[in-house]
Amino acid sequence: MDLPRYHRLTAPYYRLEGQRCAACGAVQFPPRPACGACRSADLATYRFSGRGTVYSFAEVSQAPKGFSGPYVVAMVELEEGVRVTAQLTDVEPEDVEIGMPVEMVTRRIQEKGPQGYLVYGYKFRPVLQASSQIEQRKAS
Amino acid sequence: MRDVFIIGTGQTPVAEHWDLGLRELGAMAIRKAMEDAGVETVDALFVGNMLGGAVNGQENLGALLADAADLLPIEAWKIEAACASGGAAVRAAALSVAAGAHEVAVAIGIEKMTDAVGDQVASGLATASDGDYEASHGLSFVALSALMMRRYMHETGVCREAFAPFAVNAHQNAAANANAMFREPISAEQFARSPLVAAPIGVLDAAPVCDGAAALVVCSRDFLQSHHKAVRIAAAAGATDTIGLAGRPDLLTLRVAKASAEKAYAASGFGPKDIDFFEAHDAFTIITALSLEACGFAPRGEALKRAAHGCFAPGGCVPVSTFGGLKARGHPVGASGAYQIVEATAQLRGEAGANQIQGARVALTQSIGGHGSIAVAHILEA
Repeated sequence: MDLPRYHRLTAPYYRLEGQRCAACGAVQFPPRPACGACRSADLATYRFSGRGTVYSFAEVSQAPKGFSGPYVVAMVELEEGVRVTAQLTDVEPEDVEIGMPVEMVTRRIQEKGPQGYLVYGYKFRPVLQASSQIEQRKAS
Repeated sequence: MRDVFIIGTGQTPVAEHWDLGLRELGAMAIRKAMEDAGVETVDALFVGNMLGGAVNGQENLGALLADAADLLPIEAWKIEAACASGGAAVRAAALSVAAGAHEVAVAIGIEKMTDAVGDQVASGLATASDGDYEASHGLSFVALSALMMRRYMHETGVCREAFAPFAVNAHQNAAANANAMFREPISAEQFARSPLVAAPIGVLDAAPVCDGAAALVVCSRDFLQSHHKAVRIAAAAGATDTIGLAGRPDLLTLRVAKASAEKAYAASGFGPKDIDFFEAHDAFTIITALSLEACGFAPRGEALKRAAHGCFAPGGCVPVSTFGGLKARGHPVGASGAYQIVEATAQLRGEAGANQIQGARVALTQSIGGHGSIAVAHILEA
């Protein structure tokens, strides 16, 4: 990802910033020119909590350019009801299941940009409770 | 709007054409289609292509192919709709004739994927997804389809082996297609054992990277002559959905497939029960399943059950991928939509040889791009 594009995307990438509609109260991610629910343009920045559950997931074996696999990607349903696709981190593929609680963390998402800098953004990891459940499953 | 007819088709074999570039493949398909139609000149050329810029470093394909096929100085340009580009080019050519701007036009779908090696093709394919919120986060083209497949398995309780009938049928049908890339039948056991590309998607769920070009000559009723073996475009329709997969309320309803098919059904007066065979966008087995459900050939979550009973094989209620589909004929991405229509035309002309669906009179073809963010459906009538 080239630097100008990265610059444009830092708010949603670093802080999971979307929007809340002042007219109808709907929240959305990623940011859009108007409210997806009521078309109002009266939108304020809304920072999502980052907590959610795994809605679906997949294991990437052949990574695209700029990434090194294998890694796990997921569609996460945030507690605000909005879905987002991202990488999962701090978890083994065999431990991921649909419905697993996850939380957002800011991590390096591209190995190395074409100009040699690092691109950071959101990933999701199992919340502490889920991590301990995995440990319990492994132990039993 | 005027009626539009297909009067000529041409295709190159689908393969890794190491010695042929965009201009050679394009000229071959265009000249074959024009020869089949018996025309010396056409009014316009519509080029469906996805990866010219990303993989070949070549845009401006209208001029490139008009030049290569010796059609200068006709009007020509590229139509891009991700993996649905070929279908979109046919739609654009037909619209130009229907509107009265042209009497006869050529549509071509073309893709030359083997000009690059390594991850450049995967990166090119990823440009069909949401660049800021999917591709930039490492969500590959295959991974996005895998998210749909995993959710389908979760909601319906099926295992990945249950998707085998679609791949087995495609390979079986490709065996007699001289233009197909994979002409060897596969078994359900081979499908189950195939290595995973992006779990739960395995190699045999997915269509291959390859090269090919398919072209069609379309014309008005006034242009028709008695020697033409004409097939009527009874209806065509496009549709779009959210660019990102996460924006869709239901991951398992392929809204572009549903909307484009339903619009085409309404415009043609035909319904799912009238369709004699369906050239579906079987880039991945999950997309075949979701397409069948969206287009009215199976209730939600039931496509695999019907496939297990042979419903979508030759002789079944709605045969799919009758020449091997994207899976086994091959999926040169921006060309596939045009291949589907070339193959459907052969069926409706009764020229499908060993692949002939007996009595085929009405066909549905559907080309889908970007994980269901864009689609074009055509209904053709003999």
